[in-house]
Amino acid sequence: MSHSVELDGIGMRFGRTQAVSGVSFTVQPGEFFSILGPSGCGKTTILRMIAGFIQPTEGRVLIGDRDMAGLGPNQRPTAMIFQSLALFPLMPVWENIAFGLEARGMGRAERRKRADDLLHLIALEGYGDRMPGELSGGQRQRVAIARALAVEPGVLLLDEPLSALDLKLRQHMRAELRSLQKRTGVTFIYITHDQSEALAMSDRVAVMSAGVLQQTATPRQLYDNPATPFVARFVGETNAIAGRVSAVGDGMARVDTALGPLHGRAQGAVAIGQAATLYVRPEALMPGVGANTLRARVGRMDFEGAFALIHGQFADGAALTAAVPSTRLADAPAPGTDASFSFAPEHAVVLADA
Amino acid sequence: MTPDRIFRGLFVLYLLAFVAYLFMPLIIMGAAAFNTSRFPTVIPWQGTTLDWFSAMWADAAMWRALWTSAIVAFFVVLVALPVGTAAALVLTTLHSRARSFAYAVMVSPLLTPGVVIGISTLILWRQVGIGGGIALIVVAQTTFIICYVMLMVMARLQRFDRTQEEAALGLGASRLMVFRRVLLPFLRPALLASGGLAILQSVENYNTTLFVRGFETPLTVFIATKVRTGLTPAVNALALVIIAVTVIGAVAYEIARRRQLSARPRS
Amino acid sequence: MRDLYARFGGGLATIFLSLVLVWLAAMVLAPNLMMIDYALRPNLPPAQIGGPQDLWSADNFLYLANEGVHRAIFFKTVWASALVAAVTLVVCYPIAFWMAQRATPGQLSIALMLVIIPFFINEVLRTLAWFILLAYRGPLNAVLQGIGLIDAPIRWQGDGGVLAGMVYAYILFMLLPIYNAIESLDKSQIEAARDLGSPTWRTHWRIVIPHAKAGIATGCVFTFMLAAGSYVAPALLGSPGSRWFTEIIYNWFFEGGDWNRGAAYALTLLVLCLAVVLVTLRVFRVNLTDVAK
Repeated sequence: MSHSVELDGIGMRFGRTQAVSGVSFTVQPGEFFSILGPSGCGKTTILRMIAGFIQPTEGRVLIGDRDMAGLGPNQRPTAMIFQSLALFPLMPVWENIAFGLEARGMGRAERRKRADDLLHLIALEGYGDRMPGELSGGQRQRVAIARALAVEPGVLLLDEPLSALDLKLRQHMRAELRSLQKRTGVTFIYITHDQSEALAMSDRVAVMSAGVLQQTATPRQLYDNPATPFVARFVGETNAIAGRVSAVGDGMARVDTALGPLHGRAQGAVAIGQAATLYVRPEALMPGVGANTLRARVGRMDFEGAFALIHGQFADGAALTAAVPSTRLADAPAPGTDASFSFAPEHAVVLADA
Repeated sequence: MTPDRIFRGLFVLYLLAFVAYLFMPLIIMGAAAFNTSRFPTVIPWQGTTLDWFSAMWADAAMWRALWTSAIVAFFVVLVALPVGTAAALVLTTLHSRARSFAYAVMVSPLLTPGVVIGISTLILWRQVGIGGGIALIVVAQTTFIICYVMLMVMARLQRFDRTQEEAALGLGASRLMVFRRVLLPFLRPALLASGGLAILQSVENYNTTLFVRGFETPLTVFIATKVRTGLTPAVNALALVIIAVTVIGAVAYEIARRRQLSARPRS
Repeated sequence: MRDLYARFGGGLATIFLSLVLVWLAAMVLAPNLMMIDYALRPNLPPAQIGGPQDLWSADNFLYLANEGVHRAIFFKTVWASALVAAVTLVVCYPIAFWMAQRATPGQLSIALMLVIIPFFINEVLRTLAWFILLAYRGPLNAVLQGIGLIDAPIRWQGDGGVLAGMVYAYILFMLLPIYNAIESLDKSQIEAARDLGSPTWRTHWRIVIPHAKAGIATGCVFTFMLAAGSYVAPALLGSPGSRWFTEIIYNWFFEGGDWNRGAAYALTLLVLCLAVVLVTLRVFRVNLTDVAK
């Protein structure tokens, strides 16, 4: 019984600051949907509008096709997991989990049974009578999830719930959240500023910047076909080379840059004479000469295991980053030398400057 | 001896003198309850007796005074606890510029001399035909005891994570349930402590009570009157009992508080 | 206000607000306004109340200004209360400093226990203890005579007795704020000062006292206010020659039978205390928020 969530042009104004403006997207039932953006971009505000803690100043929120206007958080089919988890410190774990059921007037014995079932689901059997303060960070995390799932919400809202965990645990919890979502089929709306988290977990991702929605797409599309300069720079690593469009055709564009003419796929409206930037991923850059060739002075090389990051500098001083697979390290230029890097035009994207 | 050592020695002497200053009067007062002397003193010691305790026990006026104080304290707690808690919640929730003004108004009874609170209460209620008595004592005392409750609850509220309220709401709880199941349990220690403090403040109050007592004689008034009209060691015996009760109560409270702290380590 | 309703919902927010408003209106504001009204009206027989002579005037205040004895008692109360605050400050400062900076955790918890216990005890009982101690044939005189320091018993009751009893009664109100203030001072600052060759007194004057000024101001304000408004200490430890302003007020109400004049006197006391509080806070640049607690 998972629900769809539709945002229809919602905006939020706090006094004189417009925190969110004109955001629209639709989350399908059972989807794992992330909202990605740097801190202060309005993503938490959006989540709180969906949850009903604040009412949007413009637009509508629809959950399961029902308009939520005027409904408080306790009247919506949503449950939220907070960044701080907000477990109730004075209630034992099982009462925490069963709190939402208590609010719905369920009897004590049945509540206890349901709590125990959920404790089983999160692999914490026998922890029901402990206090939240006695659990580890990861265990508290799971209790917070169980508490939210206990009310069988149509939509689960997660506000950076993993940010307080250390790296190892965070990666483990990512997988666990993902599989929990698949098993329960509940719609997840997940907020994060960590793009690798968003890409790894989500069916689709909405990227936000400064209160404005930049792009809504699958992780793959986001990475390969960023719709705006912000998305191109924010999602993943990229090399940005600015210039002016000199030819367009067949979905491709040529940009005249300080490093010479470069070719890439035209993304969105790109017209001749326009100021534009070509974006190319580090892993698309290969040592050697090809269709698009860049020359740079090689500086540092960071070996990262599966690949090595080569940091270089163009003649105009701009930075270059290339990722060379470990298996091809033999071809990599030595630090301190001038070297050529090339990329295939279909691996680069040309976007008009904003 | 270096000057430093001399200084340190002098300071230890000062500390001892300070402790003596704190406790000597109380010890002498307590000891005098066991002296047969008609006037409470310890020098000369005329013989050890427990008679003053039985004299105190047999004093019907003392029991009436105690009863009066108990009734007053009961109603003071009954009123001050909810109002003080409400005041703390209102004050911590307000965000506007009105907040610092509201704060100043709400702590003003603490900065008002006790006699003035008694007098102004007496004057106001005479207008509607209510004279001094138990009701007025309760009204006058709660006026400022509410402040103490408010401050203690506010101190506790500062450590409250308000996302807990949102979490509860998000799970479908009504506002009332959030208050009853999340906020109130969190405030419990502060409520118990301020309840205890309110009782103490109420029973020990004299300056305010004196003006609104009408023909009632609460404990402090009873004792003060005795001092001026006919002090016998029976009053010392009463004092000793009161001291024992308050100190035992305070120590028990402190032990309970520390035990609770150690039982529930903050994560 | 909106925040309040958003947080607690209509029912609870209304209950909270009405409780607070009733308290502030009926118990804080109205009594004081009525007292002002009383202070400005003449004392008339019931039949004439509301009549042509029942007009506002400053007569009751002028009476205080012109009545030599009362005026003298008022000013004596003011400076004696200031003296109480000053003496309490001097007595408490070394103890507070020791507790905050020198005492080990074990010593500290004992010391806190020792200073707090006497203050759980009724103010009347504490004053009674001094009454017994200072009695003409009491222990203090007996001991002093015993060791040959005095030949005849001294009549302690009077200004000296009142001062001793009040200092005793309000020690905690001075000690705790100063202790709290000094406690937040980083120990290394004192060590740094000493390391730079600063003598002890200068370290206190330049480092500790400026840091503790909010606590010192708080302690002084409270002690002054409590002393000026005290009734029990002067009543039990004073003598006919050492009357306190609160005793004059009491007499207007319950012996002189002139509530209006009593109200004017009480109002004078209130204004004095509020003025002292506000001026001290302004001078020491302390916020009211820091005072209470």
